[in-house]
Amino acid sequence: MIPDRKGYFGEFGGRFVPETIIPALEELEEAYEEIREDPNFIEEFERLLREYSGRPTPLYYAKRFSQELGGAKVYLKREDLNHTGAHKINNTLGQILLAKKMGKKRIIAETGAGQHGVATATVAAMFGLKCVIYMGEEDIQRQSLNVFRMRLLGAEVRSVTSGSKTLKDATNEAMRDWVTNVMDTYYIIGSVVGPHPYPMMVRNFQSVIGRETKEQIIAVEHRLPDYLVACIGGGSNAAGLFYPFVNDTTVKLIGVEAAGFGLETGKHAAPLNAGSKGVLHGALSYLLQDSDGQIIPAHSISAGLDYPGVGPEHSYLKETNRATYVCITDNEALAAFEHLSLLEGIVPALESAHALAYVEKLAPTLGKEEIIVVNLSGRGDKDVNTVGKVLGVQI
Amino acid sequence: MSRISCTFNELRRNGKKALIPFITGGNPSLEMTKGLIESLAESGCDIIEIGIPYSDPVADGPTLQRAAQRSLANGTNIQDLFDLVADIRGYLDIPIVFLAYYNCIYNYGIKNFAKSASCSGVDGIIVPDLPPEEASFFEEAAWNEGIDTIFLVAPTSTEKRLKLISEHSRGFIYCVSLTGVTGARQSLCSGFEEFMAKVRRFTDKPLCVGFGISTPEMASHVGKIADGIIVGSAIVDMLESSLTSGEGEKESLNKISKFVRSFREELDN
Repeated sequence: MIPDRKGYFGEFGGRFVPETIIPALEELEEAYEEIREDPNFIEEFERLLREYSGRPTPLYYAKRFSQELGGAKVYLKREDLNHTGAHKINNTLGQILLAKKMGKKRIIAETGAGQHGVATATVAAMFGLKCVIYMGEEDIQRQSLNVFRMRLLGAEVRSVTSGSKTLKDATNEAMRDWVTNVMDTYYIIGSVVGPHPYPMMVRNFQSVIGRETKEQIIAVEHRLPDYLVACIGGGSNAAGLFYPFVNDTTVKLIGVEAAGFGLETGKHAAPLNAGSKGVLHGALSYLLQDSDGQIIPAHSISAGLDYPGVGPEHSYLKETNRATYVCITDNEALAAFEHLSLLEGIVPALESAHALAYVEKLAPTLGKEEIIVVNLSGRGDKDVNTVGKVLGVQI
Repeated sequence: MSRISCTFNELRRNGKKALIPFITGGNPSLEMTKGLIESLAESGCDIIEIGIPYSDPVADGPTLQRAAQRSLANGTNIQDLFDLVADIRGYLDIPIVFLAYYNCIYNYGIKNFAKSASCSGVDGIIVPDLPPEEASFFEEAAWNEGIDTIFLVAPTSTEKRLKLISEHSRGFIYCVSLTGVTGARQSLCSGFEEFMAKVRRFTDKPLCVGFGISTPEMASHVGKIADGIIVGSAIVDMLESSLTSGEGEKESLNKISKFVRSFREELDN
């Protein structure tokens, strides 16, 4: 069984956190094990996904995008059409139900692009729970729209000024808050990272993406796809898409990391491509570190991928060669961002644009009968300021 | 018997409590760290805890985060701190404990870390983000080199975990006085006495209390219940404010020495 009882995916994962929160993780694991097979919980979760978030999200054949690339058929899994504009809400709905069941009164979360912060603030508002979001000072500046949204939703956004002032440091600060307020606080981690049981639990909540995709592609193509492609920051949208297909060995799984300015510059967010093994935020996985084990700040134009670590299950899928991990530069992602907007009338999130940029390379090498499903994990409204700046356009 | 255990035995015989200062290695410089160790040893401390600076110290509050950043900005690395301990071992016998986040140890190589620690004269290691469940490799490596493994217990630790942590701890057990990160506090949290009584029920190993102790009065109170006290952020705060106000290194050392002596006096009263 993956992960095992101690939260290990092969050699990756585990629970490397201060003793103060170990009992809270034990409590969380127990509560999660109780609800995961509970029909009442599943029914409530599915109802919220359907009625509140608008699932199932469509699987859309991107005809013009495919024709332009001149190869495989490209389908988009439209996670951008979820309430709040990204896949993140799948996980926050699951975890808020768990927090409620555990009787927690206060919700905290970290956020990079702000998508997880918005998704958390949203569900906290729906359930009337107090909510504090930690966000790096740099991300607050480049994602000001999402900061405003979180405040509208009643959340307190705390600016994190330590370290690199991005997602890594926001996560540190959220963990410090949890250590301090562990008795009444539930920490909604936004990706398949962190100590056990988070990587497993977040994957399971997100796996609705892959389950729907499987049904939908079989309904229209009467077969499984040849490739699944998804971007990887911490890796939750990829984990959610991949997981229901892991045993379908004819389906190739491709995760796309952010190469930033290029791997050779050292300014990237690609631990699976150019990192090494270590422990960050409670789990053993690949990460960016120097020769002394100090964490190296990541770089990506996309705030949601700007993270020096990756979920332990992805490290495992890489080690076992079940999935392949490639990377895409800032510039390549920007080009794909524009292409999809022009060809399909869909403005993708910069995160998702990394996956699309890889599809732009892959699809032309494949035959017309081959099928690629790419996870369009979020919509790009939040990124127009960033892109405008790069293009020299005053908004 | 380890140097740490000998120290506690002697303290117990004399009816005294351990005074354990914490400083961040390389903050603000390696020379100053050396000066601090010498000064702390002369000022009545029993064990010295040295923090290996780390980029992402999730158990630390702002004071120790800044201290680690200063040290890293100066280029301090783990090898420097092993060398520094080896150097002072030529003339100082006081037990030395390293506090290292697990990634620093993992990256260095677990066995190599234990070996280097042992060769340089480090007596014990505290890893704030390594619970005993994850510590089997580390523990084996440390024990093979005669290094004490000092695990932490927290007010949230269940009885089952207190038992487990006691079984894995050598030298002493680090009792975290509160649910929170490191940093000087004005008072102990409520329920502290009950927490310590609960821990005592599960172990006869020395119990040292850290996190938040900032005044001799607090130390005196804790000393009546525990076998030792750990003072970190209060010392590092003093060092920081002394240096930023433009005082020389000698002046800072004198100030800290005086501060630490006031803890010694209260503990011995």
